[in-house]
Amino acid sequence: MTLSISLAVNGERRDIVLDDPRVTLLDLLRERLDLTGTKKGCDRGQCGACTVLVDGRRINSCLALAVSHDGAAITTIEGVAQGDHLHPVQAAFIAHDALQCGFCTPGQIMSAIGLISEGQAGADPERIREAMSGNLCRCGAYAGITEAVLEAQAQLAAPKTERAA
Amino acid sequence: MNRFDYVRPNTITEAVSAAAEPGAAYLAGGTNLLDLMKGGVTHPTRLVDVSRLPGLDRIERQADGSWRIGALVRNADLAHDPDFAKAFPAVAEALLSGASGQLRNAATVGGNLLQRTRCSYFYDPASACNKRTPGSGCDALGGDNRLHAILGWSDGCIATHPSDFCVPLVAFDAVAEIAGRSGTRDVAVEALHPLPGTTPERDSVLAPGELITAVRLPATANAFARHARYLKVRDRTSYAFALVSAAAGLVIENGTIKQARLALGGVAAKPWRARSAEELLAGARPEPAAFDRAARAALTEAKPSGDNAFKIELAARVIVRALTLAAAGTPDRVPALPASPFSSHAGAALHA
Repeated sequence: MTLSISLAVNGERRDIVLDDPRVTLLDLLRERLDLTGTKKGCDRGQCGACTVLVDGRRINSCLALAVSHDGAAITTIEGVAQGDHLHPVQAAFIAHDALQCGFCTPGQIMSAIGLISEGQAGADPERIREAMSGNLCRCGAYAGITEAVLEAQAQLAAPKTERAA
Repeated sequence: MNRFDYVRPNTITEAVSAAAEPGAAYLAGGTNLLDLMKGGVTHPTRLVDVSRLPGLDRIERQADGSWRIGALVRNADLAHDPDFAKAFPAVAEALLSGASGQLRNAATVGGNLLQRTRCSYFYDPASACNKRTPGSGCDALGGDNRLHAILGWSDGCIATHPSDFCVPLVAFDAVAEIAGRSGTRDVAVEALHPLPGTTPERDSVLAPGELITAVRLPATANAFARHARYLKVRDRTSYAFALVSAAAGLVIENGTIKQARLALGGVAAKPWRARSAEELLAGARPEPAAFDRAARAALTEAKPSGDNAFKIELAARVIVRALTLAAAGTPDRVPALPASPFSSHAGAALHA
């Protein structure tokens, strides 16, 4: 069974022929498009390492069939920096030492970007922790992750002139 | 994962026809189905992708005051719809108590109703499970069954239904709209999931090919909005299935409970409506003694199915606490960490 799909991956149109409908969005990104920043942790929706944005919303790419997302806009960790200029969430993760081994970090950052755009958590650390609970960190960098998300969110909410200054 | 054919119908009629074939399964958000397929728990030979069917992604308030939620509305979108959350705060609270931010963005209303049990023996193809393989036995009986059912179970199956969302739906008399080959029909959400008896492989009353197209909440459910809560107790603060949960709704006038609604999650193969407790509460003052009597009534027939006698006492305490919280009034906003001992929410009782 051959299926053709078209995705906008990090702003670039990709036309893909799938020879099997079983291919997940995660495997497509990693194995076919060589975007290995998105990590395969549990592959069962429990760890969040595979988090990407689909049409701006964070989801677990391991539990998404690529064929079912024909036409979607996908954003991965490779697509969030502007050249050498890091995304504010990336910069905040470095500033707050929000990682140790780094394996979960792409998923954490994509989840944080999704969480900030959802706009539900505010500056409440409890709401940030709850909203990030789908991303496990076996090194236990949660305290830094929460701080990083809070700071990045404040920075993204600040007026642009202030940010440039 | 086994091989399967993938079809994407354009209409409900096409979908129902494609899914009526033996071995077919509907795919919407995929958050449960793909997990089960990866684990070799289910082996559909055809996936009917209904995720793009038109017209099923709307949240509508009807002229008669009832609400109609399309089956493809994502869990997160329903929970964060301000008008819906105001009308049915316990439903929003239940949705936000379930899964993770990522999963709530993908999982649909219809899929939530039809999610399979999280019994670890059901999930393990090497174990005997009457639900997965009829007649093979039940390794949960006598196994690791701390999380299993205390109501409505049989010797054939002691699994629980994992949904949070379904618990307030059952409490507030929600109805599922179902499309099939011979037309459409309504089924009360309470009647959607049969108890296991001798046929635990039967998870729902749907016939092959039948598709949930919407869930309706009746206008009468609006009356509970000022005193409605969902309380979920679990082994970790977030992102875990319920040990026990309760949806409670009260109508209080002049210091007296006029009407009560109560349903439990995590205790049976279906969301468990506690009508005997509701009857005791009607006419009573909203006080601890009445809540305790209601809790005992709700659990009269509860019995452990293994190492889970603690869940009976826990359920009683969760009921009392949910009713106490409901009586105190619906908060303006769902707390960050409902029911968690780590919550710093002012006034939250920390222990069930």
